[in-house]
Amino acid sequence: MRIVLVDQKGVEQALEAAEGWRVMEIIREHGFEVGGLCGGACACATCHVEVHAEWAGKLHPANDDEEAMLDEVPVLSPTSRLSCQIIYTEDLNGLAVKLVANG
Amino acid sequence: MTQETISTDVVIIGAGPCGLFAVFELGLLDMKCHLIDILDRSGGQCAELYPEKPIYDIPGLPVVSGQELTDRLMEQAAPFKPEFHYNEMVEELEKLPDGRWRVKTDGGLVFEAKVVVIAAGGGSFQPKKPPIPGIEAYEGKSVFYAVKRMETFRGKNILISGGGDSALDWTINLQPVAASMQLIHRRDGFRAAPDSVKKMHALVDEKKMQFHLGQITALHGDNGQLEGVTVKGNDGNDFQLECDTLLPFFGLTMKLGPIANWGLNLHENLIPVDTEKFQTNVPGIFAIGDINTYPGKLKLILSGFHEAALMAQAAFRHANPDAKLTFQYTTSSTSLQKKLGVA
Ligand SMILES: Cc1cc2nc3c(=O)[nH]c(=O)nc-3n(C[C@H](O)[C@H](O)[C@H](O)COP(=O)(O)OP(=O)(O)OC[C@H]3O[C@@H](n4cnc5c(N)ncnc54)[C@H](O)[C@@H]3O)c2cc1C
Ligand code: FES
Repeated sequence: MRIVLVDQKGVEQALEAAEGWRVMEIIREHGFEVGGLCGGACACATCHVEVHAEWAGKLHPANDDEEAMLDEVPVLSPTSRLSCQIIYTEDLNGLAVKLVANG
Repeated sequence: MTQETISTDVVIIGAGPCGLFAVFELGLLDMKCHLIDILDRSGGQCAELYPEKPIYDIPGLPVVSGQELTDRLMEQAAPFKPEFHYNEMVEELEKLPDGRWRVKTDGGLVFEAKVVVIAAGGGSFQPKKPPIPGIEAYEGKSVFYAVKRMETFRGKNILISGGGDSALDWTINLQPVAASMQLIHRRDGFRAAPDSVKKMHALVDEKKMQFHLGQITALHGDNGQLEGVTVKGNDGNDFQLECDTLLPFFGLTMKLGPIANWGLNLHENLIPVDTEKFQTNVPGIFAIGDINTYPGKLKLILSGFHEAALMAQAAFRHANPDAKLTFQYTTSSTSLQKKLGVA
């Protein structure tokens, strides 16, 4: 099971993913700079990623807490999400996300 | 203006939970502390990132919120009369000929201390800067991330960006002194207190300010003087707004900051210490809490408390090489209880 990550330089790579992990944790575990200051408590917005358009609709929509924290991301795209709020499951095999600068 | 130098036993850099508990442990050993934090209050991450969230792993407190823990630690430290210097970032740390340390802040405060304790957590809290191309050229001239003096903004055409409490509070507070006020936010929902949102909408209804939906994508101006911004509206179309001052409020993040310039060994932005004294590679400078690293380190508050206790013993010995230190319990020592003001 994998996720596909496009890093800040635009390089694409497949990362081994584990069920039940937050996407933020998966990215961090592979040594990429994803922020994650608050450890996934939806309290810092530093784990912001852009989800590939193809996948955006397949994720559960952001809840109120996540929407509120997304307010702290200065430049948002329509598919912006907080990667700590996406828990990896089998259904997400191949999930594609892009890392962006986060202030 | 030259400031008077503040002389003390210990300067603690960072008033997070670990810095606060260090006041207690050092206080029991009669060491007086001054704490410096760039935030406007104590509590560090607990107060800034999760004041209302519960913590379940503080020994003896089955559940306590970030703010409650901060309040309790303040209460526990109070008998030792720590002095707090908020809204100050420690910028310089240098050794004096007599072996003490001189600590300087960005606001011009100068301290001289026998011991320095770095309890800087994940670094200093600093405003998030929007990655809008060329914004650096405007910073400090017409783009500001904080309001230090309201007068600076009198008669300005202000644009505020964001949807949290800072954005809404400053919109409401600066509106009366501004020549014009506009607020821009990505959605018609706000993190800010509902009461502030109501006040903002009322100002819009009274035509005293404007509210726009969208995100700033470009800045226009000359020589650091802003003249306007391009906004991508929520319908995908661009539009322009005129303004001479922009205040982006997107919350805070932690950056290591000036600590990197103090000649201390660093490992991946953390300060290596020994686990007997929690001393850095420089004698007399100690590091506790999230900022330090050693084999087996866990970034937990309770680990920071333990580190504070051991560090205090070593700090006392550093400051008073000839004094005798006896081990005492707060439960049974009248001398400790006198210091705590309970005996
Ligand atoms: C959402 C969340 C949940 C958490 N839950 C738990 C939990 O359940 N249990 C647990 O044990 N831990 C938890 N933690 C971790 C815990 O909050 C940290 O371990 C703790 O805050 C570290 O304390 P500290 O005093 O070392 O540093 P911090 O709390 O980071 O405080 C450091 C302070 O130093 C200031 N500072 C830094 N550099 C400078 C400078 N140069 N000049 C001036 N000021 C400076 C900063 O502004 C900051 O206020 C959690 C953290 C988060 C974010
Ligand atoms: S890690 Fe802080 S919001 Fe996701």
